[in-house]
Amino acid sequence: MLTLDFAFLTPQVVSSYVLKGFAFSLQLTLVAMLGGIALGTVLALMRLSSKPWLALPAAGYVNTMRSIPLVMVILWFFLLIPLIIGRPLGAEMSAVITFTLFEAAYYSEIMRAGIQSIPKGQVAAGYALGMRYGQTMRLIVLPQAFRNMLPVLLTQTIILFQDTSLVYAIGAYDLLKGFEVAGKNFNRPVETYLVAAVLYFVICFSLSMLVRKLQQRIAIVR
Amino acid sequence: MNWDWQVFCKDTIDGEIVPRCFGGAGDVTYLDWLLSAWGWTLSVSLLALLVALAFGAIMGILRTTPNRGLVFLGNAWTELFRNIPLLVQIFLWYHVVPSLIPPLRGVPSFILVVLGLGLFTSARISEQVKAGIQSLPRGQRMAGLAMGFTLPQTYRYVLLPMAFRIVIPPLTSEAMNIVKNSAVAFAVSISELTLFALQAQEETARGIEVYLAVTGLYFISAFVLNRVFHFVESRVRVPGMIGGGH
Repeated sequence: MLTLDFAFLTPQVVSSYVLKGFAFSLQLTLVAMLGGIALGTVLALMRLSSKPWLALPAAGYVNTMRSIPLVMVILWFFLLIPLIIGRPLGAEMSAVITFTLFEAAYYSEIMRAGIQSIPKGQVAAGYALGMRYGQTMRLIVLPQAFRNMLPVLLTQTIILFQDTSLVYAIGAYDLLKGFEVAGKNFNRPVETYLVAAVLYFVICFSLSMLVRKLQQRIAIVR
Repeated sequence: MNWDWQVFCKDTIDGEIVPRCFGGAGDVTYLDWLLSAWGWTLSVSLLALLVALAFGAIMGILRTTPNRGLVFLGNAWTELFRNIPLLVQIFLWYHVVPSLIPPLRGVPSFILVVLGLGLFTSARISEQVKAGIQSLPRGQRMAGLAMGFTLPQTYRYVLLPMAFRIVIPPLTSEAMNIVKNSAVAFAVSISELTLFALQAQEETARGIEVYLAVTGLYFISAFVLNRVFHFVESRVRVPGMIGGGH
């Protein structure tokens, strides 16, 4: 039976190994969330368009992304981006691009459901008031869709935060990698993996509790 | 760019192109390796799916019982396995569990990955099963109990036959997710499709061909599973019931 010893995890060790990775994981989550929601909203509007040349490519993009394992998507982009731009790109930058484009597919499904949850009469009312398509969407439909879908969008963001650990496949330095390197250097992998798991759990569990609270508040106001 | 699909006919050791692409007599081509990797992906996925269905169903049922302790157990299980990234859970099973529980030390990593992936997914299935049971009218449970059924009998004969039919569609997507999520097994050196992709890409420098083949096989696997679940769904459909035919 192995005895656990966490003494080596001094604040100094944590700040030199883990913090850098933690910062990257958070950064990756935030950028991919904002970029993914923006791009996802555009994709959702395209998919709901009556013009096939807009709807079909968007549907194809979303379905392709959703049917490939994320690890393979990460590997694909890591292979293809340098071929396209003609020079190598760091694992971190590659991860940011990958996650933004990948999550856009998932966010777009959420936004599509949100937009569809708004009664058709509201769009008709917007047009009847003389608003154009862009104005109807921007002023009437999207604000409500965002509001209705906020809990789901945030839950997807928690999943996104968990999924950032998969940048392991291309060796980017994220939170998990920080713990892994510390564990290797001090020959204490069991302890570092345990702490990593507890940290991920605390973050994700408290965020999902917050989302649940928010969901109740939104439900009452509506 | 130029395609070079002959890469799959190459021997994995000397890189010579083998006629008819399959090795044999001690030679292994990349095609052989690809197919065996597909086999590992399918075995991990299907076994993990069994683990996930078993534990997910039990935990989902517990969360709907009137017993507070059982509800807490089901909730705690679900939150625990849902809020830790899958890759971290796989590392826990591979690095941490065998050192903390000595009897597990000799267990092959294949089994550990099946457990890790299965229990991770069981949390998501428990959510679906719970929602399925709760979507039934409350009167059904009361009617069962009023008829003199015990609680287990009410579940067995009244609630579960309907609830399981209701949750087949969400379970279909979880089953497809398991195939996709099985890709993380590469991190603990299971020789499945993603590990094949990484290594064959490095050895042959034909990344695009290798990745296309691997992506295609993932796609096919998830699609076949999807069809199987749809088949089951149509076979067990009760005419006249929710979503049933006529």
